Amino acid sequence: MYRGQSGQWSWLLHRVTGLAILLFLLVHIVDITLIGFGPTIYNDAISIFSLWPIRLVSLALIGAVLFHAFNGIRIILIDFWAAGYKYQSQMFYVVLAVTILCFLPMAYFVVAPIFGICPQGSCSMTAM
Amino acid sequence: MAATNGTRSVQVKIKRFQPGEKPEPYWQEFRVQVEGNDRLLDTLNKIKWEQDGTLTYRRSCAHGVCGSDAMRVNGRNRLACKLLMQDLGSRISVEPMLGFPVIRDLVVDMDPFFAKYEKVKPYLINNEPLPRTERLQSAEQRERYDETTKCILCGACTGSCPSVWANAEWVGPASIVNAHRFIFDSRDRGGAERLQILSDRTGVWRCRTIFNCTEACPRGIHVTDAIEEVKRAILYGSTEGD
Repeated sequence: MYRGQSGQWSWLLHRVTGLAILLFLLVHIVDITLIGFGPTIYNDAISIFSLWPIRLVSLALIGAVLFHAFNGIRIILIDFWAAGYKYQSQMFYVVLAVTILCFLPMAYFVVAPIFGICPQGSCSMTAM
Repeated sequence: MAATNGTRSVQVKIKRFQPGEKPEPYWQEFRVQVEGNDRLLDTLNKIKWEQDGTLTYRRSCAHGVCGSDAMRVNGRNRLACKLLMQDLGSRISVEPMLGFPVIRDLVVDMDPFFAKYEKVKPYLINNEPLPRTERLQSAEQRERYDETTKCILCGACTGSCPSVWANAEWVGPASIVNAHRFIFDSRDRGGAERLQILSDRTGVWRCRTIFNCTEACPRGIHVTDAIEEVKRAILYGSTEGD
C-alpha cells in the first residue's frame, strides 16, 4: 500500500461510499418496484427497514451519502476554483467534520427506536 | 542502537528482484552504520560496496537533478539522493516504484514512461517565420509556466498515482506536467494539438485529484494544479482562464 496522505484517503473513501450508494440504489429499485404488487406486499417488505440490523445498515448509508456529497463539493472546488488545490487537505478535514456534524442527529433518529426511544412520537420498530 | 561519534546503526529492508536467480521478489535486510547527514543514496552505496555487490539501483548526478534514483522509501516515492538519513528513523524500507515494470532490484523500466512523455510533444512547436531576434516574452508570460519547467522526469509522480497503477495506458502526471510547460508558453503554437491529445480517454480526465503526485514530487511542483489547469484549458477552450 502506498503511504498517501489526505488526498489518497479522500479518493478511496469517495470510491467506496460511491459504490455503497450504488448498491443501495439497486436495493431501492427493488423495494420501490414492490408497490406494483399492492399495499400489503409493499408494507410487509418495507417493514424490513425497521429491523435493528437494517437500521445499522441505513446508518452506514447515511454516513456514505453525507461524505460522498460533501466530498463531491470539495472535488468540484478543486476542479473549478483555481486556488482550490492549495486547500485540498484542509477541505478534506472540513468535509469530515461536516459529515460527522450532520451524521450525529440523523443517527439519533435512526438508532433511538432500537432502544425504545421514539424521537418522532411513534416507533415503527419491528420485532425480530 | 549505539550512537557514537554521530553515527548510528539503521536497518534497511530492501525489496530485491533478481530475475534468473529467484523468480519472485523478496525482502532482504541490511544493517548499516550511518551518519545523520548521509543521504539514503550514500547508505545504498555502502550496502553495495561493503555488503552485497549485487544490489542494483540507478544513480547518476546524485544531486537531485538527473532524476535517476526515484524509489519508494517507507511507502512514499522519494529521490534517494535528496533524503537525509536523519529524517528517516532507524528502520527503513526501500522498494522500486509502483506502476513501472521492475527490471532488477530498484531499477524499473522507464521506456513506457518516456513513450508517454513523447506522446504529448514536449518541445516548442512554432512554424511561424523565424523572427530576426529571439522570441521575446514578458516576465509574466515566463512566470505562467515556470513551475512546470522544473520537472526532472524522475517518475516519482507517475509511480505514486493510483490511476497509473490501474491503467498503464494513461499518460500519467509527468507527461501532463511537461505538456503544461508548452501549452502555457506564449511562444508555442502547439497548444491546441496537445490539448486534443490530452482530452481523449487516456488523457487528463483520468486524474482523480488524489494529490499523491504533488506530495511525491522532489522538485515541489504542484502537479495536480498543473493537471487541473490543463483540464480547464480543455473545458473552456482557452489557456487564458487561470
